[in-house]
Amino acid sequence: MHDMSAHAHVAHHAPPTSFIRKHIFSLDHKVIGKQYYGLALLAVFVGMFLSWLMRLHLGWTNLTIPGLHLLSSNGAPGNVMTPEYYLQLMTMHATIMVFFVLTTAPFAAFGNYFLPIQVGAEDMPFPRFNMMSFWITFAGFVVLVSSFFVGDGPTLGGWTQYAPLSAVGSVAGPGEGSGVVLWAISIALFCVGQLLGSLNFITTTLDMRTKGMSLWRLPLSTWAWFITSVMGLTAFAVLMPACILLILDHVAGTSFFVPSNLVISDQVQPHSGGSTLLWQHLFWFFGHPEVYIAIVPGMGIISHVLIANMRRPMLSHRTLIYSFGALAVLSYMVYGHHMFVSGMNPVSSIAFSFPTLIITIPSTILVLIWLGSLYGARLRINTASLFALGFISMFISGGVSGFFLAQPSIDIMLHATYFVVGHFHMVMGVAAMFGIFAGTYFWFPKMFGRMMNETLGKVHFWLTFVGTYCIFMPFHYLGLAGNVRRYQAFVVDYMQPLVPVHRFITVAALITGAAQLIFLYNLIHSRFWGEPAPENPWQATSLEWSTPSSPPPFDNFGGKLPVVYHDPYQYGVEGSTGDYVMQDSPEQIETVRDEG
Amino acid sequence: MATTIHEPPRIEERRHPSPISGSGNGSGRGLVPAGGNLRSVQEYAPPPASTGIWVALAAITMSFAALTSALVVRKGGAPDWRHFTLPSILYANTLVLLASSVTLEISRRRVATFMGGLRSRVANPARWLYVTLSLGLLFVAGQYAAWRQLSAQGLYLATNPSSSFFYVFTAAHALHVLGGLGGLARVIRKLNQFVLRRSTLDATSRYWHFMDVLWVYLLVLLLMKL
Amino acid sequence: MAKIFAVTIIVIAILSAIPILRHTWWMAPDISTHGAPIDEQMSETMAEAGISFLASQILLAIFIWKFSQSKPGEKIRSFPGGAMTMVIGAFLLVGTEVLALGAFGAKAWASIYFTAPAPNAMPIQVQAGQFAFYFRYPGPDGKFGPLHPDMISEASQNVYGLDIDHDPDAKDDIVTAEMAVPANREIHLLMHAKDVGHSFFVPELRVQQDFVPGLDLSIHFTATKVGRYEIVCTQLCGLGHYNMRTYLSVLSQQDFEDWLKKQAASQ
Ligand code: HEM
Ligand SMILES: [Cu+2]
Ligand SMILES: [Cu+2]
Repeated sequence: MHDMSAHAHVAHHAPPTSFIRKHIFSLDHKVIGKQYYGLALLAVFVGMFLSWLMRLHLGWTNLTIPGLHLLSSNGAPGNVMTPEYYLQLMTMHATIMVFFVLTTAPFAAFGNYFLPIQVGAEDMPFPRFNMMSFWITFAGFVVLVSSFFVGDGPTLGGWTQYAPLSAVGSVAGPGEGSGVVLWAISIALFCVGQLLGSLNFITTTLDMRTKGMSLWRLPLSTWAWFITSVMGLTAFAVLMPACILLILDHVAGTSFFVPSNLVISDQVQPHSGGSTLLWQHLFWFFGHPEVYIAIVPGMGIISHVLIANMRRPMLSHRTLIYSFGALAVLSYMVYGHHMFVSGMNPVSSIAFSFPTLIITIPSTILVLIWLGSLYGARLRINTASLFALGFISMFISGGVSGFFLAQPSIDIMLHATYFVVGHFHMVMGVAAMFGIFAGTYFWFPKMFGRMMNETLGKVHFWLTFVGTYCIFMPFHYLGLAGNVRRYQAFVVDYMQPLVPVHRFITVAALITGAAQLIFLYNLIHSRFWGEPAPENPWQATSLEWSTPSSPPPFDNFGGKLPVVYHDPYQYGVEGSTGDYVMQDSPEQIETVRDEG
Repeated sequence: MATTIHEPPRIEERRHPSPISGSGNGSGRGLVPAGGNLRSVQEYAPPPASTGIWVALAAITMSFAALTSALVVRKGGAPDWRHFTLPSILYANTLVLLASSVTLEISRRRVATFMGGLRSRVANPARWLYVTLSLGLLFVAGQYAAWRQLSAQGLYLATNPSSSFFYVFTAAHALHVLGGLGGLARVIRKLNQFVLRRSTLDATSRYWHFMDVLWVYLLVLLLMKL
Repeated sequence: MAKIFAVTIIVIAILSAIPILRHTWWMAPDISTHGAPIDEQMSETMAEAGISFLASQILLAIFIWKFSQSKPGEKIRSFPGGAMTMVIGAFLLVGTEVLALGAFGAKAWASIYFTAPAPNAMPIQVQAGQFAFYFRYPGPDGKFGPLHPDMISEASQNVYGLDIDHDPDAKDDIVTAEMAVPANREIHLLMHAKDVGHSFFVPELRVQQDFVPGLDLSIHFTATKVGRYEIVCTQLCGLGHYNMRTYLSVLSQQDFEDWLKKQAASQ
């Protein structure tokens, strides 16, 4: 019978048979999720490789790096990196990491794979958009990387691309012509890809939940992806037009961001009246929510992972969800804290300072609930839970530096120093990476039907945990001592004594980076030769563990959607056969209530 | 995607007993969830297309809001801002676009009747959709004529910030209208193949009406600011 | 494993705190009249953030230590007080903390940014361009000559685009590559960007302010201690960003006048 319902429409699509339809232009959210994961994996190793080169250069500025001229003969004549090439690598590192790793892996990859399963759906409602979402994002990545090989290389303007440096063209420096245009095209594509993804995430959560799956019964990870997609919808919709205006300033000679009477190389630039602060406002209106887009999925993932390993629900499910929501709302009211010393009206600085300080309240609530939930738990230590706990530690360490940066008066001393770099690497970079790792070790058995190697996993964890502290804690000290960021060498008198600290960081970064190869090996080895995974290796309750097989069949639940009877985290259940009850088990139990 | 089964469309039902289609919270078999949480279990979830279109419109609104604030900031305190009179054809275009919404509404009603099984009474339900499509095309052509008028006056994209914003706004809007035209064409195709779903038609027309509203907003904005 | 992890967390937390407590790396000593509230705010925040940091890390470690050892069959217990305590605690503790920090911080900020320069403050102009700062003193007439961007020329050393032949005000302007100021005299610094965005950062002076192309801003400050300090650019401005720096000499009134005369003579 032809069913008129939209869900049935999705439900009825038959599994594809051709290789291309199955693995490349697939409409299956699980394949798209894996594609996103693969993209993030490729991107993170490119980004990390670039950071190695940068760190080596910062420790030993005139170091010859054998073979570097193969990457760029202009950028590294005689295998020694030029100052502009350092900045170009830095910009690419940041852009790749923020957009193509921290947004794609925890949000787009895991979200695509698990959100539909966790709500009990067979797929997203708009699979074609979903496929386009990935391929447009991928095209964005290709465009970005292509700038290494076009003209005078990638842009050197930093991931924030402040105008007018980014808008006047190649007179301003290498990569500021075609490099910036490619950067802006790449980011605009990325925005389109993520808008399509967010559209699917939101409609899936609202409309595709299975019978019995009320909003409050959604797992925390689903809530996090849902809230993130709402943020993404708003933030990327602002960055995209901003990128288009930037491109127009380059290719059409408009003056959105370039003011009059700029003199570069003794030439008055043919622009008039543009506003440089306009770019900063548009960028940070996107930029601050973006850092929460990177971290909130991680918060959801580690909560989900921790609960299964604590064998108890969080102290309060709803408080966590409200806190995610509060972060999302507040993240739009604080963006001006990036502009305290930018020449913005000083009254606005105070106006932006208070919401920024207030955002520490939901952050603290999150940490306290995580800590409080550990109390009295039956904590299982495995690689996934170690990374989840490591996330909390990192989030605390990165979060407290927010107290400083939120105050314009202190920001006078810390703005644009390594203190900021330490802050956002810990809270956004490392914490989000820990979320990705926790999710990977936890969900790998479901995604590939095999277990990851625990011993290698623990080695990976230890090296990463200690290593990242060794790298990013000293950044704060450097910042306090006035070490300015985005410098390719420290020739300033008062920064020269800080070079040994930079060398220490470089060594730590090389070791920690090498540890990630263990992860890569574990991933590949386990994918093919890992131990076959049991049905529910972590004895977890949510719907992804109710699918008939690992990986789940094409339509997730084998032709029959689950019916949900319970709250998502029924662990430590009294009078039940095990200590947990699956969400779709019809068993009658006394619901484990949280004290919310 | 959907295995297309050629069967005449019917009015969409709110609930459907097939176990597979039991998504959207609690439709179907009427089992009582054990948690006793019945209150929070919704009975009916809207089809994704209708939620989806609101979500998409929200994103589009955000983008145009961003451009609007860019216009306000860029104009504020800029000594180089030159005013110009909007090409008069824009007003004719506005009427065309508004008319297209009316014809779309007519066709929506007709298609509904048609889908309701009263096929004999509606000879050709797609006819008004074709009219809407043509009006939409006429609008885009009219916008193109407006650009020609401006460039004939020597006002190009980079001439002045005011003309820059004019081109950016009208081009961004025209692109979205072209997207809507694609949607209409898809509706017509599906209607002819008897696979049109009511939610698709509704979503497409909501989008189309939104393009109207957006255009009127832009026209007022440009009138006031340029 | 859990115990090692707990110990590691505590060790890392304490090791991280030591350089802070010992001020191994710290802000350079303040030489400004407006910097005291900033420093105070910094120590205040450091104390509160430091306590939050240590307390939460140690609590995390203790809980990991204790609650990974439970025997099988042991019942799950809940934190006494539940989530509500957490929420109220967060609001009370962190809420008052951040409001206090915000209020005092705002006061410190206001004392710097909401005050006008004294009428007798000494005007100095600074122009930032790819990759150098140039300073301009108005000379005996006390007036700056107008700028002509089209006349800027590195070759003829006319970095500001002054028209000495036609503008009488520009004739006696003194342009220098380093900055000197008399101690204990308020300076009114007029900031102008020649090309892209730059920033003016002197850690000892507790001053950091961006140059905004197309928008001339000004700041004012008083240096109190004679000495030689570095001015660095903190806004990414291109390939020479790392080397965009110069010196600020804080001189006695007499030394300053001598210096200015010498500069005038070499124009
Ligand atoms: C605990 C609450 C937080 C506060 C109070 C806070 C505050 C700030 C402030 C004021 C700045 C600007 C510093 C400056 O430019 O001088 C900043 C920078 C930054 N923050 Fe946060 N933040 C918090 C949490 C987060 C989180 C959760 C993330 C990421 C997920 C994050 C990522 C970043 C990034 C990436 C930057 C650097 C931007 C740049 O390139 O300049 N922050 N933070
Ligand atoms: Cu921010
Ligand atoms: Cu500079």
